[in-house]
Amino acid sequence: MAEKLVVIGAGMASGRMLEHLCEGDPDRYSVTLFGEEPRGNYNRIMLSPVLSGEKTYEEIVTHDADWYAANRVDCRFGEAVTRIDRDRKVVVSASGETPYDKLLIATGSSPFVIPVPGSKLDGVVTYRDLDDTNAMIAAAGSGRKAVVIGGGLLGLEAAAGLQARGMDVTVLHLMGHLMERQLDEAAGYLLKAELERRAIRVHVLANTHEIQGKDRVTGVRLDDGTVYPADIVVMAVGIRPNVELAKSAGLACGRGLHVDDAMVTSDADILAVGECVEHGGTCYGLVAPLYDMARVAAQTLLGQDAAYRGSITSTKLKVTGIDLFSGGDFSDGEGREEIVYRDPGAGVYKRLVLVQNRIVGIVLYGDTADGGWFFGLLKDGTDISDMRDTLIFGPAYAGGSPLDPMAAVAALPDDAEICGCNGVCKGTIVQAIGAGATDLDAVRTVTKASGSCGTCTGLVEQVLALTLGDAFQAPAARPVCGCTDLTHEEVRRLIKSQDLKTMPAVMQACGWKTSCGCHICRPALNYYLLSDWPLEYRDDPQSRFVNERHHANIQKDGTFSVVPRMWGGITTPDELRAIADAADKYSVPTVKVTGGQRIDLLGVRKEDLPGMWADLNAAGLVSGHAYAKGLRTVKTCVGTDHCRFGTQDSTGLGIKIERRLWGSWTPHKVKMAVSGCPRNCAEATCKDVGVICVDSGFEIGVAGAAGMDVKATEPLAKVATEEEAMELIVAFVQLYRENAKYLDRPYKWVAKVGMDWVRERVVEDAENRADLVRRFDLSQSVYQKDPWAEHAAPRMRPSYRPLADLTLEAAE
Amino acid sequence: MSEWIDIGEMDAIPRRGARVVKTAAGCVAIFRTEADEVFALDDRCPHKGGPLSDGIVHGKSVTCPLHNWVFDFDTGRCTGPDEGAVAVYPVRVENGRILIDAARLRARIGEAA
Ligand code: SRM
Ligand SMILES: Cc1cc2nc3c(=O)[nH]c(=O)nc-3n(C[C@H](O)[C@H](O)[C@H](O)COP(=O)(O)OP(=O)(O)OC[C@H]3O[C@@H](n4cnc5c(N)ncnc54)[C@H](O)[C@@H]3O)c2cc1C
Ligand code: SF4
Ligand code: FES
Repeated sequence: MAEKLVVIGAGMASGRMLEHLCEGDPDRYSVTLFGEEPRGNYNRIMLSPVLSGEKTYEEIVTHDADWYAANRVDCRFGEAVTRIDRDRKVVVSASGETPYDKLLIATGSSPFVIPVPGSKLDGVVTYRDLDDTNAMIAAAGSGRKAVVIGGGLLGLEAAAGLQARGMDVTVLHLMGHLMERQLDEAAGYLLKAELERRAIRVHVLANTHEIQGKDRVTGVRLDDGTVYPADIVVMAVGIRPNVELAKSAGLACGRGLHVDDAMVTSDADILAVGECVEHGGTCYGLVAPLYDMARVAAQTLLGQDAAYRGSITSTKLKVTGIDLFSGGDFSDGEGREEIVYRDPGAGVYKRLVLVQNRIVGIVLYGDTADGGWFFGLLKDGTDISDMRDTLIFGPAYAGGSPLDPMAAVAALPDDAEICGCNGVCKGTIVQAIGAGATDLDAVRTVTKASGSCGTCTGLVEQVLALTLGDAFQAPAARPVCGCTDLTHEEVRRLIKSQDLKTMPAVMQACGWKTSCGCHICRPALNYYLLSDWPLEYRDDPQSRFVNERHHANIQKDGTFSVVPRMWGGITTPDELRAIADAADKYSVPTVKVTGGQRIDLLGVRKEDLPGMWADLNAAGLVSGHAYAKGLRTVKTCVGTDHCRFGTQDSTGLGIKIERRLWGSWTPHKVKMAVSGCPRNCAEATCKDVGVICVDSGFEIGVAGAAGMDVKATEPLAKVATEEEAMELIVAFVQLYRENAKYLDRPYKWVAKVGMDWVRERVVEDAENRADLVRRFDLSQSVYQKDPWAEHAAPRMRPSYRPLADLTLEAAE
Repeated sequence: MSEWIDIGEMDAIPRRGARVVKTAAGCVAIFRTEADEVFALDDRCPHKGGPLSDGIVHGKSVTCPLHNWVFDFDTGRCTGPDEGAVAVYPVRVENGRILIDAARLRARIGEAA
């Protein structure tokens, strides 16, 4: 008979303990797991990315129903244990009594609420679990106001998350600088400045007097009289170990539940792990120590000797774009020396605190790459006398070795910690790589390194690169997808050199590992084939992403948006009337002017698309390809027709370009603009292709960007006539179509091949230019057609409708 | 008891494509694979409700058009790192016509009610 193990609390510590236990001896115990939250174990620290919208709850679940089933864990989620009867060895909960042979208490801690007037009002939330997070998400909204009380790790992550959701956020902090337990004043200042730069207000030395509001919060008033209006108040002022249950059962408690080195409480059959425990006088509030405790507790339960000796912790802030690391004790004091490095321009601050030539404290802001190395020296108590002069510059300089980005990682000893969350050191990763884990995913699965907050992903990749040497697949040479080992460039080359003209031919010749590809490779192959063989290949709608298959952008609720073309941004009263009529007829909820000088009809039902297109077609409007990896818009300014500065007919040229290029498919979308003079009202200098008109002609720039990256165009050529300008632009686009990797915008592609290579083919070699233009026109002879007109045809309409309607039938 | 009803012809669905069938409890997506197998799954992605019928069909699976979760036609389960599943309904093809089990569809309406 298996012994009965009851676990109270389905949190991070107990989840990890159960994993170790089940790996060790799955049959030793039959486990019952109580959790007050109505859900199983999840990665609590990742609530911050959930709050900011970077992750979903589903992505942070650590143990799912399958896992519990496979390990025969009897789950009682949503059920709190209310009493422990140690004499009869049972725990009491809503469903009655559950007997145990061994009991594990892992009840975590609760957020502390400062007892000021108003602290119980609606709209005052703490930040601990998924319900809190969802409450914050529900309250968030553009322009609404949030006040976060507490400028520690948790409060700042809440503030950044709410700000990312569009809220106007103020952080109130009692102390003189933010995160005073993890940061010294200088770093606290840099952090405050960075948050303020992101429009998060920070008020230090703020003593909360009261929370205002009748039924719901309306604001927060400080002792100094300042009032901050608020739609939501987040309290993140600290945590308190959950020990009431243990205390009432008569277990020895201080601030937390007392445990010995084997994680056993004052009752030999009851163990405890996590934030609820106090070990050697310390309570912890970070996961790394809890994971150590979990391992020891599992070993104790399995009858093995194991001891937990306390932890030195280090901290990182999980706010995208803020690099901050601290560890150990960095307060000033007698006998303490420090080494400080600052780079004001780059916003970098580093400080090491030394006692008798050993590092005892670390604070890094702005550049945290060496955090792991310093932390290793700290934990080992290494004497740093002989590298003291260069110590602050990190391992790359230690011992006078040359500066090399990889050197820092190479210099790490085997027991240097790489992943702080999971306590994985370099040696463990190197071992896993030796045992066959040769990519990031595999290392993550085997060691858990970078599996929690993910901030060490770069380091893990560097360890991979170092250990595998040339065998490491650098990210640049990634295969197209899991269906093949070939890169995009290799596939493109093979399609041309081996005359591969159908998708099955490509998959066969290139040794695809799947029968019909996947959602990553098929759209790429479809593009390569149609661009290389415009006459022979037939476009495959089933290999296109929904937007390009339905010729409209899918919205988050499954409806679509419709954007008719407005050539060069010019429209007429008749076109506007037709758009207005369509909006009325199909009850379009939102009509918006886009950033591309045209009108977007948002929220159209799929079934209505063909009808709407037919109506728009009737007024002379065609698809604007706002959904396409193809020519989008040609933005123009008013030019010589109206503007007193205009040097050329920029509007006219824009329209000509758009008419020549519309309908062409490209590796990624292509946007263009023509400005009538260097004042550049059409923003031509940040487009994929931009023309600036000047008295003597046209300056053509290419490879600009203004999306995820911002970059000015690079000059391609200056020409005297519109005809020459058109020819250069067409040739440039065709060169891009024939050579770029799918989903590289022109600026990314040009960065790979170089402007000189492009100029040689498009500008200098007239014959090559003419060939490019000829091939472009050939492709246009096939592809320049209005997809809306095609899809509005009676033949195509049914595919936008349900196959059958059983609403009545099945309800009989 | 199964109760097969005719919902249309297979050729109304493109290979590696889908169409939907409307029911009182929302749409069911009918998929046709490259190998002419037909499957019926709930059309609502458990992630954020994406219409699976608008996804890309590959092998015996479909990729949701909104955030790329991949669902297996045999089990309705999400493959890869994501967790989630949609209901799968029995379908057959006879003489080029697609038949679906109405009893199972009704059971689904019962659940939704
Ligand atoms: C409608 C519009 C916003 C608006 O209301 O103004 C818009 C809407 C979308 N943009 Fe945009 N972008 C719009 C102008 C822009 C601009 C400004 C411009 O074109 O002048 C940019 C920056 C310039 C650029 O393209 O780099 C822009 C940069 C992006 C990006 C980032 C591209 C990049 O390479 O960095 C994406 C994502 C992508 O394409 O992968 C994107 C993607 C999207 C998508 C398609 C998101 C999606 O995949 O569903 C949005 C579709 C909404 C819909 O359902 O209709 N949108 N988008 C604009 C349509 C312009 C048009 O008339 O066609
Ligand atoms: C938003 C956020 C971000 C964080 N970020 C980081 C970070 O970046 N790095 C880091 O190291 N740490 C971070 N932490 C701290 C970390 O999450 C905790 O240290 C860790 O979760 C504690 O684990 P635990 O198992 O002790 O407690 P918990 O994970 O809190 O689990 C305890 C569980 O027990 C349940 N419970 C309590 N009483 C009972 C009862 N009587 N019966 C049944 N169930 C009960 C609770 O409902 C809870 O689900 C963060 C915490 C939060 C909230
Ligand atoms: S993709 Fe464009 S339209 Fe959509 S939210 Fe982002 S910026 Fe706005
Ligand atoms: S809705 Fe399907 S993946 Fe997000």
